[in-house]
Amino acid sequence: MIEMQNINRVYDTGRVKVHALRDVNLHIKEGELIAIMGPSGSGKSTLMNVIGCLDTPTSGRYSLDGKAVNDLDDNDLADIRNRKIGFVFQSFNLLSYASAFENVELPLIFMGMSTAKRKQRVTEMLARVGLADRMDHKPNELSGGQQQRVAIARALANHPRIILADEPTGNLDSASGKEILQLFLDLWKAGNTIIMITHDPSISENCERIIHLKDGMIENGAV
Amino acid sequence: MFFKNLLQLFRDVRNQKLRTFLTLFGIIWGSVAIILLLTVGDGLYSVSKKAAHGMGESICIMWPGRTSVAYEGFPRGRYIRFRETDAEILRSQVSEIELISPEYSRGVQVRVGKEYYSADLSAVYPEFQQMRNVIPEAGGRFINLLDLKYRRRVVFIGDEVEKDLFGAGKGLGQNIFINSIPFKVIGVLKKKIQSSNYNGPDGGRIIIPASTYQGIFGDRYISNMVYRAFDVKLTKQMIDRVYAVLAKVHRFDPADREALAIWDSTGMDQFFDTFFGGFSVFLGIVGCMTLIVGGIGVSNIMNVVVEERTREIGIKKALGAKNRLILGQYIIETLLVTGFGGFLGFVISFGIVSLVNLLNLQDYIGVLRISPLVAFVTIVILSLIGFIAGWFPARRAANLDPVMAIRG
Ligand SMILES: Nc1ncnc2c1ncn2[C@@H]1O[C@H](COP(=O)(O)OP(=O)(O)OP(=O)(O)O)[C@@H](O)[C@H]1O
Ligand SMILES: [Mg+2]
Repeated sequence: MIEMQNINRVYDTGRVKVHALRDVNLHIKEGELIAIMGPSGSGKSTLMNVIGCLDTPTSGRYSLDGKAVNDLDDNDLADIRNRKIGFVFQSFNLLSYASAFENVELPLIFMGMSTAKRKQRVTEMLARVGLADRMDHKPNELSGGQQQRVAIARALANHPRIILADEPTGNLDSASGKEILQLFLDLWKAGNTIIMITHDPSISENCERIIHLKDGMIENGAV
Repeated sequence: MFFKNLLQLFRDVRNQKLRTFLTLFGIIWGSVAIILLLTVGDGLYSVSKKAAHGMGESICIMWPGRTSVAYEGFPRGRYIRFRETDAEILRSQVSEIELISPEYSRGVQVRVGKEYYSADLSAVYPEFQQMRNVIPEAGGRFINLLDLKYRRRVVFIGDEVEKDLFGAGKGLGQNIFINSIPFKVIGVLKKKIQSSNYNGPDGGRIIIPASTYQGIFGDRYISNMVYRAFDVKLTKQMIDRVYAVLAKVHRFDPADREALAIWDSTGMDQFFDTFFGGFSVFLGIVGCMTLIVGGIGVSNIMNVVVEERTREIGIKKALGAKNRLILGQYIIETLLVTGFGGFLGFVISFGIVSLVNLLNLQDYIGVLRISPLVAFVTIVILSLIGFIAGWFPARRAANLDPVMAIRG
């Protein structure tokens, strides 16, 4: 479902040009569980952002579900992020002033779902990550692991087929990290495509495929 | 969610008390400036117009003139004077004329008891009242058709005359002597503001029926005529007809405009409208400037708000919020801030207007009233400024690069 050919992402900072991705070729099939690894600055986040249509490549061809992403405008990209992709970030990225319920509700609002349906869906999602009793809590009233579970519920809310997670356990203690990993494994078993960035071998060893990045190039795991 | 955004806005406002206060102050000050300037402009306009209409509304006053061209054997420089009968001729032959009155006038000595007093005397028809806005104090009346028919010795006196002769409010029903002939005071002029006049303001005038005057003084000619068209728009046409009709009666060239001296007071109204129109625009611009300064403040605060919420905007975009949604959110927030300031501006303006109305300045600025037009104009300008002030920060927010924004 993900096809990349000669993808380059160059940051032009004025004085120097940073080559964050160099001629990346990548194929990912539906239902895969993938870990992306590599040293800091190797381009892992950049690759993930390009996959998630949050960033656009400087050159190269990228097609998602057989559709060329290069030709899409901001509006279409927003739709793709809303319906096909679920993002989970290292720092959770919840809205601090909104409750767990309201955070999970966001992508549903952007999708245009009715209030009644939203209520049902949000409740279902929070129950799935084991936070049915924390719906009205603000992020600062939740533990790190709980916050990340809210973020996962939010990523899952629109039933996307691809979950992208950028170091989802990076800010968590090992016990919470294990819980989160288990959640991802369950999702994978349920048929989702999951791509995780991680530095932690105990996480990547659970994945069927590992992509190694170095200096913006894929060392192995491209196919 | 919209409600949530509002709450968030209030939270921002609370965190930015001073800045928000200053910004709101700018908007409030600006809207108060616009509303008050326009309202006072309105007041000045209506007072001036009323004063101008103290002499009469849309009337023409016609005096004798002198021909400037020779005509049918008559030399130029001939005096054209009219008699009372000319008024009747005009009434029957100029269909545009709604009301007409001849006016005899002269200065006279008035005696009350042993006191003498000099006053301007006019002698007219009852129609004079309506044309010249001569309104009697309660209890009194102007001369009527019966007075005219029976040559009654009745007199209508100006408020100044009353004050000098009898003291304010004591004139009605008294007798005064004009040329040693007793006249009964049937009415006293209700005080009026009159910014223009011919031979003296009405406050110092005494008025008697034209027929009574004729019986006493026997003047051959009247001093002037006052008339009015059915519709202001017919005035020019009416004047042309007056020239044509009187030219035939008095045998002068109908194209000779100097044969009759006509003061068309409708020209004054046009001047007032143009002048005050310009004045209002000027005041509006002054108010606008103030409001624009306030608008710049709002734009500034919204920029700060966007700055502080960069990360949130990035998160929303990552979750699939479209640019136009974010654009709309910030424009609406700006409009709310502006609207709130404007609302307070309106409240304060109403307060100030009510206070000013208590101050007895009616003679100068009239009774102030925030007209629907002023309110409408202010709201339009406010919305426009709010929209522009919101547009730039909102567009910045909408166009943020999500990756950079999330990083904060
Ligand atoms: N906005 C940017 N402007 C300039 N250079 C950037 C920008 N974003 C990333 N880079 C550069 O691109 C390269 C790849 O960055 P990226 O964030 O993808 O690395 P990473 O593998 O995710 O590292 P980490 O493990 O530390 O998160 C780095 O050299 C980084 O400095
Ligand atoms: Mg990274």
